[in-house]
Amino acid sequence: MATHTGGLTLTRTPASGGTTAHGTAVEVRNLVRSYDDRAVLDELDLTIAPGEFVALLGKSGSGKSTLLRALAGLDYDVSGSGELVVPENVSVVFQDSRLLPWARVLENVVLGLHSADERGRQSLAEVGLAGREKAWPNELSGGEQQRVALARSLVREPALLLADEPFGALDALTRLKMHVLLRKLCEAHQPAVLLVTHDVDESIVLADRVIVLDEGRIVAEEYIDLSTPRSPADPRFAAVRTRLLDALGVSL
Amino acid sequence: MSGQAATLTGVRADREQIVSRPVRRRRLGPGKPIKFGAAIGPVLLLVIWSIGSATGWLDPRVLSAPWTVVTTTGDLIADGRLQSNLLTSTQRAFVGLGFGVLLGVVLALLSGLSRLGEAILDGPIQIKRAIPSLALLPLLILWLGIGESMKITTITLGVFVPIYIHTHNGLRTIDSRYVELAQTVGLSRWDFIRRVVLPGALPGFLLGLRFAVTGAWLSLVVVEQINSTSGIGYMMELARTYGQTDIIIVGLVLYGALGLLSDGAVRLIQRRALSWRRTLAD
Repeated sequence: MATHTGGLTLTRTPASGGTTAHGTAVEVRNLVRSYDDRAVLDELDLTIAPGEFVALLGKSGSGKSTLLRALAGLDYDVSGSGELVVPENVSVVFQDSRLLPWARVLENVVLGLHSADERGRQSLAEVGLAGREKAWPNELSGGEQQRVALARSLVREPALLLADEPFGALDALTRLKMHVLLRKLCEAHQPAVLLVTHDVDESIVLADRVIVLDEGRIVAEEYIDLSTPRSPADPRFAAVRTRLLDALGVSL
Repeated sequence: MSGQAATLTGVRADREQIVSRPVRRRRLGPGKPIKFGAAIGPVLLLVIWSIGSATGWLDPRVLSAPWTVVTTTGDLIADGRLQSNLLTSTQRAFVGLGFGVLLGVVLALLSGLSRLGEAILDGPIQIKRAIPSLALLPLLILWLGIGESMKITTITLGVFVPIYIHTHNGLRTIDSRYVELAQTVGLSRWDFIRRVVLPGALPGFLLGLRFAVTGAWLSLVVVEQINSTSGIGYMMELARTYGQTDIIIVGLVLYGALGLLSDGAVRLIQRRALSWRRTLAD
């Protein structure tokens, strides 16, 4: 247990199982985060079940990234309070692939792991990049770089995968392929997922539950129980999308 | 254009002219490179020097003829003076360079990775940077005498500053996104230094190394002319007292060749070590 600046308690549950006393992967209670006395997260509560895929929607400045960074433990200089219980084994996928340009693809995947080359190779094969172990990141396309980033996250078998607009910088076609890949990988590895996105369709296609954040509070929540593959042509898909867009303040 | 107009007549000729006029656009760039262009200037100088010596316009007391320089080089090699002096000079430069690089890198790491280190080290080094290393010579001679230790120390002091400045700058300009990544994948401090800091600072370090190598030769020239008993600088000093301009020229050519060779070596290392980089120059 570590005490955070401004009275935050952060608990990390051990790697095995990665669940809290209540059988959840993530528990957030009364989380407050503020920059310059402006509350970005306002007494936020959130729980995520093991293996659950949660998408987080919100306008710019709604606090989505702040919440993700809080869960990732990347917000040391931010003042706040509240209670956070997250698994010890958390992986983060950023909007940029964030590969070290001076390390080859395989080295990037197993960064910080010891004698994990074989697992790294398997991971690369899983994301469809077998044989590219020795390439430099600069030699890959944007989509390929992001797949390496996914391999780097999943090779660690995280109990919680945090993804901050991971497909935001990709073209529309590549993004569709990445959706299929991410679904497949999540089914295989079963991490709890928190995906931050601004793409309503993406959230409905991928998530079990979609949360809409506005001014630091959860203003809407939708459980998506559509059969896969989910198609925007499905009228129920359209209904969910309309409700989510409403919550985001976009009326059609 | 005017030639064409002469062969054609009337209104039609004017139209023809406009149609067939070659597109003339002023070129702003310097144009295609000349083959072996880099050699033209030096060869021209050599030709002027030769003509000057052959016609007696250049007094050998001012500047020996190029062929005298060549035969003198042969003599110096034959009696082994050139090799032994060259060896001494190169050794001095490399030992000084080695110490300087080590010192520069260690100080850059200490000051780049810890705020306390920066507070203690950066100020004095910036002050040292403002003082030319060679200005410290009188003090160094008083402290260390005129022997080898003074020479090596002077070279080391000249070398570590550019290494420190550029490595430190390289460290500090590593993208903070990579630091964040290192945190999320749980890198240990040592792994962080090995995987992120050192490779990230390598381009800066290598740039510093290029300056350092030049600096090492510069310091060498100066210290070798102070009460030396060996080295290229000593050979030239001795030649000065006897008025042998040919030997002085041999020394200059040697210094030049050493400088060029070592700079080329660092550039080669740069290309190899930074092969992951796709820059404008590649």
